[in-house]
Amino acid sequence: MYGKGLRPLSIATVAALVVSLSLVFFYAPLDADQGFIQKIFYLHVPLAITALIGFVIGGVFAILHLRSGDSRWDAYSYVSIHMSVIFGVAVLITGSIWAKASWGHWWVWDEPTLVSFLIVFLMYATYYPFRYAIEDRERQARYASVFAITTGAFVPLNFIAVRMAQSLVHPRVFATTNGGLPGSMMLTFLVSLLAMGLLWVTLVKFELTAKSASGQIKRLRRALDAPPSGSTPRVAPEVS
Amino acid sequence: MLSLLPIATPALPLDEAGRYVAGAYVVFLALIVIYVAIMAAKLQRIERELRELAGFVEHRANGDGRAAPEKERATSDV
Repeated sequence: MYGKGLRPLSIATVAALVVSLSLVFFYAPLDADQGFIQKIFYLHVPLAITALIGFVIGGVFAILHLRSGDSRWDAYSYVSIHMSVIFGVAVLITGSIWAKASWGHWWVWDEPTLVSFLIVFLMYATYYPFRYAIEDRERQARYASVFAITTGAFVPLNFIAVRMAQSLVHPRVFATTNGGLPGSMMLTFLVSLLAMGLLWVTLVKFELTAKSASGQIKRLRRALDAPPSGSTPRVAPEVS
Repeated sequence: MLSLLPIATPALPLDEAGRYVAGAYVVFLALIVIYVAIMAAKLQRIERELRELAGFVEHRANGDGRAAPEKERATSDV
């Protein structure tokens, strides 16, 4: 069920990543200020945007779970958050490398963009222990959904707060008043963002497919363990 | 294709900036590779469990009434 369309999606993702990397290194001009180091921008920023949107999507799925009680939405929410946490690790590492190259420090504590992302990341890092501390499956799913909604709502609020914060350190590259991205750089950025988005969707689909297959095997095992009766046991297709 | 690169693009500076950029992209690639390796291990486990179940069903069809084989370890659930 979840594996449907996975092959064309994977091919599209690889193609988008190849095009994106080609544009980054062979098409986008060198930044006048930062030079070659600015190439990290095309990796770091799309990763960060995808991760943050993924957290919000996890919250939306959690709302659907609480509204319907369908455990499938809980699985979607869990996998979305899980994938965004992985992307978040990449954001923090690539950001630190960029900071070291540009500012001479691996981390700068008075920079709101960095610190706010770290706070969001750490909040979501507590999702796993929070979730698995609850043994009852129903309660676990319900509480995890409440957590996903609360933290998911925090992400855009956090973004707005950072945009409102005054800082001379972190450049606002999309601000038109202080000089935005030129066309070729913007095109490269948008293709990179598309590639990262596709990668996120593909990996989420992979994870859901694996979990679905694992859940179905479990149910099959239980059905086979049950004493044989006249009726065939129904094997639910949902991810458990 | 590779021979065209020096003509199509300016020479890539392989100084300190190049090392940082390479580091960032290698980290990203490494994370993807690690994730794919974990997924591959999961799929192998699923395949093994399916084989066990198929063997069990075959035994049951032949009149051998054993219980379904226990899992070797708990599967990760959501």
